[in-house]
Parts: sequence; structure tokens; C-alpha cells
Amino acid sequence: MKNYFEQYLQNPCLNYNLAPFSKRMQEYYGAFIMIAIGLGLALILSNLQNILIRKRFTERKVMPYESGMDPVGTARDRFSIKFYLIAMLFILFDIEIIFMYPWAVQYKQLGIFGFIEMFSFVLILFVGYIYVVKKGGLDWN
Amino acid sequence: MLETLILALIVLFVMITLAAYTTYAERRICAFMQQRPGPNRVGPFGLLQPAADGLKLLLKENIVPADANKTIHFIAPVITVMLAVSALCILPFARGVQVFDANIGILFTLAIASVSVYGISMAGWASNSKYALLGGLRSSAQMISYELSMGISIVSVILLTNHFYPGAEYLRLTSIVEAQKDVWFIFINPLGFFIFLVCAFAETNRAPFDFAEAEQELVAGFHTEYTGMKFGSFFVGEYMNLWIASGIITTLFVGGYRGPFEEMLGVANWDFIKQTAWGVSWFLGKSAFFVFVFIWVRWTLPRFKYNQLMNIGWRYFLPLSILNLMVIALVLNLIQ
Amino acid sequence: MVETVLFWVLAVLSIATALAVITNRNPMYSVLLLVVNFFCIGGLYLTLNAEFIAVIQIIVYAGAIMVLFLFVVMLLNLGSEKSLEPAFDAKKGLAFLLGLAFLAEMLVAMKDFSAIGSAKETFEYGKVEKIGLQLMTQYVYPFEMISVILLVALIGALMIAKKYN
Repeated sequence: MKNYFEQYLQNPCLNYNLAPFSKRMQEYYGAFIMIAIGLGLALILSNLQNILIRKRFTERKVMPYESGMDPVGTARDRFSIKFYLIAMLFILFDIEIIFMYPWAVQYKQLGIFGFIEMFSFVLILFVGYIYVVKKGGLDWN
Repeated sequence: MLETLILALIVLFVMITLAAYTTYAERRICAFMQQRPGPNRVGPFGLLQPAADGLKLLLKENIVPADANKTIHFIAPVITVMLAVSALCILPFARGVQVFDANIGILFTLAIASVSVYGISMAGWASNSKYALLGGLRSSAQMISYELSMGISIVSVILLTNHFYPGAEYLRLTSIVEAQKDVWFIFINPLGFFIFLVCAFAETNRAPFDFAEAEQELVAGFHTEYTGMKFGSFFVGEYMNLWIASGIITTLFVGGYRGPFEEMLGVANWDFIKQTAWGVSWFLGKSAFFVFVFIWVRWTLPRFKYNQLMNIGWRYFLPLSILNLMVIALVLNLIQ
Repeated sequence: MVETVLFWVLAVLSIATALAVITNRNPMYSVLLLVVNFFCIGGLYLTLNAEFIAVIQIIVYAGAIMVLFLFVVMLLNLGSEKSLEPAFDAKKGLAFLLGLAFLAEMLVAMKDFSAIGSAKETFEYGKVEKIGLQLMTQYVYPFEMISVILLVALIGALMIAKKYN
């Protein structure tokens, strides 16, 4: 394991001296500017019609659209637990995938050792995945 | 700072125009496929149609349904447009023509994709309409399901970048483009490309995965209760996302701004203007092709059933993408 | 200078949004404010040069965990405030005590903590290359353990869902 650290020191993308954030903030100006422009555009788009067009409220107009019928019951109904389970599984697999990125950028340095590590990592979770499939956790009917 | 601002404004202007004309192109192509003329009255060949549509949307009254949550009803389209515009900054149009050249690169796009669930689900929830809520809930579950396979196929691209372009920062989009100097990743990693393409369909809520809207069953899905330019905001967001998805596919799999025979032509020695023109035309040309594929598929394939969609995402694509990644990793290890 | 200003702005914003999360009566607003809070914390990581951690903060917390919260809020239909009338019970008291214990623990842990020195040292640790190498060599056993923990969570989630299905 020690020679990985020696290799690490020769890894060109790690070896340059990273300046503190305030020194390299101009890299991020692009993102900040674009987000600001996006927010501005979005606010303009959704407020323009309020400025241009006068609102005339009628009771029929603000009724939720239900194919022309009067709305039945409440729209904020409870939903199948399936969606909750999907969101839960998504979190777990998302975390798994996040761990693949640091692995992928160091893959060449790690060699076959890196492959075995990630293979066992994925394999353990894959057992869980098969369990979920077998138990019918992904059945949609 | 000023240069970045100008570049950002140009990018925004170009992409909004492209997004607007994509609506026109979509209608013309769909009309062609269905053997009817399509919009052809406003201006020559109907080319002013997007402007007319925009004007029409602008002159509509803003209606918020009764009992809707007004704040969230207002925020949802704002978030959608804001995220779509912010995602533009990562696209590498040409060498050096990129608003935000992040070293986290592709993860920035993934972060925006993962947060854009909020726009849709909030719009669905706030509207106090059953159609909207169903559309929002369905499509957010769909988006998160397909995000997994998408993330894994991006990892396979990073592995390839690591192999073909050693010493770079592998998450940077420009590194991924430069790594495809000799061969495009679509040829090395066709399965990853296919998975990414289908996931892009699902992420942008396009047919055959358009459960967010599903006009035959849910009227207009999550934006049923939006009128005028707020509805237009979702439209702008959708078509902008279409271009962003195509741009990312272009960057990751078909060589981005790099054209063929760059070494033979000596592109690296051209002056900046010429290089930029070359890069931008290749990038936008390839992206336009993928936008065409998106439109083509939409008007060719029927919509899946919801359980089919979930099955495809979880039962086929997730294991398949993991398998693809592991095979690529093993092969890269063996040929080292 | 810029860092200090950014730090204070983001720190104040994140504490303000965190307070708003727990004081807000509408669970939907709480969810959205918590998302804003995660973005502020992501910004704090960014000022420490930890871009990778910052983007992970957004992908995992704002993009995955909060989506689950969003679904739960939609799922349970907590829209009406009546169901959220505060009631004092043993659970609340216990939560308060545990919160105090956690605060005390944090204060003890932070006693010998010098913020400026450590901030300088972290300049490189947020890089994805550095994290990758450390994770795959020095911390390989914890890394494999994560997989087991995720497996346990997977089975747990399925059990809970099956129970109410």
C-alpha cells in the first residue's frame, strides 16, 4: 500500500500548489454570473404578464381544471408507498455512485487493486439489489 | 469578469434563440412525419412562429388556481428556468469558449440535474390539481430513477478519460473532449452511450418518457394550472434542457467541439477566431443532430406504461450500466 | 478578506435558514428552506477549496435525501397545520436532552480547535483526486464497510415499505 503514496506524489494532477479560494475565485465568476442571469430571466418571465395584463378574477377561472367537471375531493391525496421506497433506494444507490467518481479519477494509479476494491464494493450492494428485486420491492402494478 | 459576462450573455442569447426555434423545428418535423404542412403562415415558411407564440403567451392573464400554494406556485417556474440557464455555463462550445470551466465539470451538470426535480414536483404539488400532482410525482420518481444509470455511465466515461488522457483533471469537460482526440467514446463505450441517451430522454421528460405531461391522460401534467409566460417558462426550460442534454452527450461521447482531421488541418495553430468558429460549428452541429434525434424519437415511439418505465430503469438499465462499467474497468486494467 | 466575507454571509444564511426550517409551520416550506440551507453549506465547502465535497453536498443532500423528504411531505399530506399542533411528550423531552448532550459534545470537541490553521491545511483535501487516493488506499476498509452499511439500509428500507404495503 505504501507505494501508492509514492505514486501519489508523482501524480501530476495533485502536485501543483492549490491557491486559496479567494485567489482562484475568478474561475467561479462564470457560474455566479450565469446563475444570476438565470434568476433575473426567470423573474422577468414570470412577472411580465402581471405587469402587462390586468387580472380579472372569476370563480370559474380559478377553479382547478378537471376536464370541465367540478373538482371532486381534494387534490392533496395520499400516495402509494412505492414512491417513498423508490426515493429511499435512490439515495442508497446515489451514494454508491458518488463513491465511484473518486475511484474513477484514480483508477490508473490503483491498478488491479482498484478494480478488486470497486468490484467487491459493487458486489455487496448488488446482493442487496437482488434481494430487493426478489422481494418484489420494484414491482409496479 | 467583463469578458465572462459578455460571453455568458452571448451564450444565453444563442441558446434561447435555438430553444425557441427548436419548438418550430419540432412542429415542422412532426408535421412532416404525419404528412401535414405544420406552422407555415407567420412569416416565410412560418419562421416567425416562435416570436408569435412568445407574444401570445405574454398577453395571457396570470391565473393561480384557488387553494393553490401561491408562493410555491410562483417559485416552481423560476427554479426551472434558473437551473436550465445555469446549466448552460458548463457547455464547452469551443476551445476556451466556456463560461465556467470547472474542475468538477460533469458533476456540476449532475448536481443541476438532480436539483431540477424540485421545479417539477413543486409545480405539481402547489397547483392543487390532481393532474398536476400526478404528473409532478410521476416524473420526479422517473427522473431520480434514471439519474442512477446516467451517473454510472458518466463514471465509465471518466474511466476512459483517465486512460486516454493521463495527467489531466478527469472530471473537467474539456479534458473529456481532448481525451477523444483519436477515437470518440461512442465507439469504445456504445452501451454507455445508449444508456446515457435513454436516460437523457427520461431526464428531460421527453417521449417515450413524457409522464410529466402525458397529454392524453394528464392534460398537461405538472403545468396544467400555469398560464401565459409562466407556462412559457416551463417550455423554455424544457427546450433549453433538450439542448443541454444534447450538448452533454456531444461532449461525453462524440468528441465535443473537436472536428475530424484536426491534426491534419493543424487546427491548434489557427488564430482564436478561426478556431472558435470551427469548434462552435462542430459542437452546435453535433448537438443539433441529437436534438433532431430527440424530436424524431418523440414522434416515432409510443409512450411506455409507467410500470414499464420503472422496470426499464431499475431492472435493466441499473444492472446493465454497472456491468458495463465493470467490464470497461477490467478491460482497461488488462490492456494497461 | 473575500473568504471572510463569504464565510460570514454563508454562515449567517445557513443558520437563519436552519432556524426557519424548524420554526416554519408548513412542512413544504421547511423542505425548501432546508434545500437552501444545503446550498449555503455547499458554498462554505467551496470557500475551503473543497469543490468535490460541495458538489456532493448538493447531489446527495439536496438532490437525493431532500427528494425523499419532499415525497414524504407529499405522501403524508401534511398540508394542514392542525395536525402539527405542538404537544409536549416524553419523546420531545428526550430529544431536547439528546440535543443538549450533542451540543456539549461538540463544544468539547471544538475546545482545542483553531479555525485558521486548519482551514489552510484543508486547501487540498477537497480535490477529488486526493479523496480518491486516500479512500482507495488508506481508508479502504471503511470504504468497503460503507457498502455493508448501505446494504443494511437497503434491507431496512424494504422492510419498512413492505410492512405498510
